[in-house]
Amino acid sequence: MSESESESESVSREVAQRVFAAEFNDASYTFKESDDDRAPVYLLLPTGERANRIFVVGTLTETEDVGEDNEYWRGRIVDPTGTFFVYAGQYQPDAASALRELEPPAYVAVVGKPRTYETDDGDINVSVRPESITEVDAATRDQWVVETADRTLDRIDAFDAAGNEYARMAGDEYGDAVAKYTETVVEGLESLETTDELDADVAADSDGDTADATDDDAEGDAVDTADPSPQP
Amino acid sequence: MSPIENTAEATTMTELRTHAAEIAEQFSDHVDVTEDEVESKLQQLVEEYQVPLDEATRSVRNSYLEEAGIERDEISQGGSDQVLVNEIDQDEQWVDLRVKLVDLWDPRSDSISQVGLLGDESGTIKFVAFKTSELEKLAEGQSYELSNVVTDEYEGTYSVKLNRTTTITEIDEEIEVGDNSETIEGALVDVQSGSGLIKRCPEDDCTRVLQNGRCAEHGEVDGEFDLRIKAVLDDGQTVQDVIFNREATEELTGIELEEAKQLAKDALDTTVVADEMRADILGRYYTVTGPTLGRYVLANEFEQHDGPADAERVLIKARSI
Repeated sequence: MSESESESESVSREVAQRVFAAEFNDASYTFKESDDDRAPVYLLLPTGERANRIFVVGTLTETEDVGEDNEYWRGRIVDPTGTFFVYAGQYQPDAASALRELEPPAYVAVVGKPRTYETDDGDINVSVRPESITEVDAATRDQWVVETADRTLDRIDAFDAAGNEYARMAGDEYGDAVAKYTETVVEGLESLETTDELDADVAADSDGDTADATDDDAEGDAVDTADPSPQP
Repeated sequence: MSPIENTAEATTMTELRTHAAEIAEQFSDHVDVTEDEVESKLQQLVEEYQVPLDEATRSVRNSYLEEAGIERDEISQGGSDQVLVNEIDQDEQWVDLRVKLVDLWDPRSDSISQVGLLGDESGTIKFVAFKTSELEKLAEGQSYELSNVVTDEYEGTYSVKLNRTTTITEIDEEIEVGDNSETIEGALVDVQSGSGLIKRCPEDDCTRVLQNGRCAEHGEVDGEFDLRIKAVLDDGQTVQDVIFNREATEELTGIELEEAKQLAKDALDTTVVADEMRADILGRYYTVTGPTLGRYVLANEFEQHDGPADAERVLIKARSI
C-alpha cells in the first residue's frame, strides 16, 4: 500500500449487536472485561451476549428537548416489540441535530452505545447514546427486523451450549427463561406481513403505544427525573 | 509425570517413536538422519538418564539444529502443509506454496534480497527473502513450489518470509492468479475521518492524502481533489472496513467530484461533503465485492439492499426452536 494515512486502529472496533427493544429494555447488568479505566463497558443481553454497541432501525415517534441549561434531546424509537429511548446532548452534536431536525414519524437507523442509569426508585433503566441517527426507508427497517430476529434466534439457540460464558452470566443475572424472546422474535416477524407502508406501520406502532400508555408514561417520568445522567 | 513410570511404559515407547519420526522428518532435508538413530538417542536419554520425554525431545532437536547450523525458528515444527495464500490466517506458521511471482518491488532495506508479490488462484500475498538466507533469486512471471516458508502478520495483514530452509522448485505449469476478491454484507454503521472530499499529493507515484495541505513525504504541496469513503460494514457478528474510491463514491452517493467541490466552496468547508454523504448512506444495508487490501475491502461492486427476502426462513427457524 502506498497510502500512509491509513491510521492504525489497533483496538478492534466493537460489533453492533442486533437486539429488539423488548429484550434490550429487560437488560440492566453492565460489566467490563478488564480493570483498565478505558476498557469498554458491556451491557449483558438476557439471551447471553455482551453489547458495547447496538444498531437499531425503527420508527421515530417523538422527539423532545428535555435539557435544562443545554439542549438535551430525547427520541422514542419504536420497533415491533417495544420502544428504545435515545438521548443526545452536546457531546453527540450530530445525533442531537438529527433529533432536532427530524419530523416524526420517520424511519431512522441508529448506531449507539447502551447506557444504564438508576432511577430514584432504584430501578435500572437502559437507553441508547447515539453515535449517528439517519433517516432511512421502510425496506431498511424491514431488513433490520428480519436480521434482528435471526441474530436473536442464534443467541437463543446457543444459550445452552457448553462454554457460552455470556449465557451463563445472563442466567445468573436474569434467569434462563429465554424462550419468551422466541415469542418476541415471532411477534417482530409477523408484524412485517401486514406493514408494508409507513402509514399503516406508524398507525400500528402508535396503537401499540396507547395500549401500554400507562407503563410507558411511568417509565418516561423516571427517565425525565434521571436526566441528564447518561452524560459521559 | 515421569514418562517411564510403571504401566505407562508401553505408551511411552509409542510416543517416543512418534517424536523420533517427527524429528527425523523435520531434519531430513538438512542433515543425514534416520528415524532409528533419533529414536535410540531419545531412548538413551529417557531410559538411562531418566530425562522426561519432552526435555529429551528438545535436547535431541537442539543437537540436530547445531549439526545443521540452523536457527531453531528456521526449522518447521512438524511437516508444513501446502496452502493457498488466502488461507493464511495465522502468524508464524510453516507452509508450502505453489505460486507465481507476480511482482517484484524495490527492497527498502539492505538486508532484503527480494520483496514482492506471490499469487495463486486464491489471491496474492507479499513475500520477503533476506540476504542472509542465501537463496536463489526468483524471476518475475515464473511459477514455483516453495516449501518451508513462514507466515508473518502485521496489523492484520499476512505475508510470508522465505528462509534458509526454504526449498525453491521451478515448475512449468502456469499458475493463474486470483484477485483476493471478497463479498461481504452488512449495515453501514460508520463513515470514518478521511472520507468525502480529500486532497492527494500530486507528486509522481505518491497518492498520499494531504493533512492540512501537507503530504507526509513531500511536505506542503498543491493537492489534487479526490473523493473517497472509508466506511465500516457490520453484520452483527463481524465488522469490515471498506473503501469506496472516487468512482464508487460517486455511484454510491450520487455526488460527483465537481458537485462536491462546489458544495465545499459554498460552505467554505470541505467537511460538508462527508456530512452530506453520511446522511445518504449511514444505516443502510449493502453487499460489497472487491479485493482486500490490508484491512480494507475495496468496493469494486456494491449494491444497496431493497428489503429482506428471507423473513419466511427466519420465521420457520423461530418455530423450530
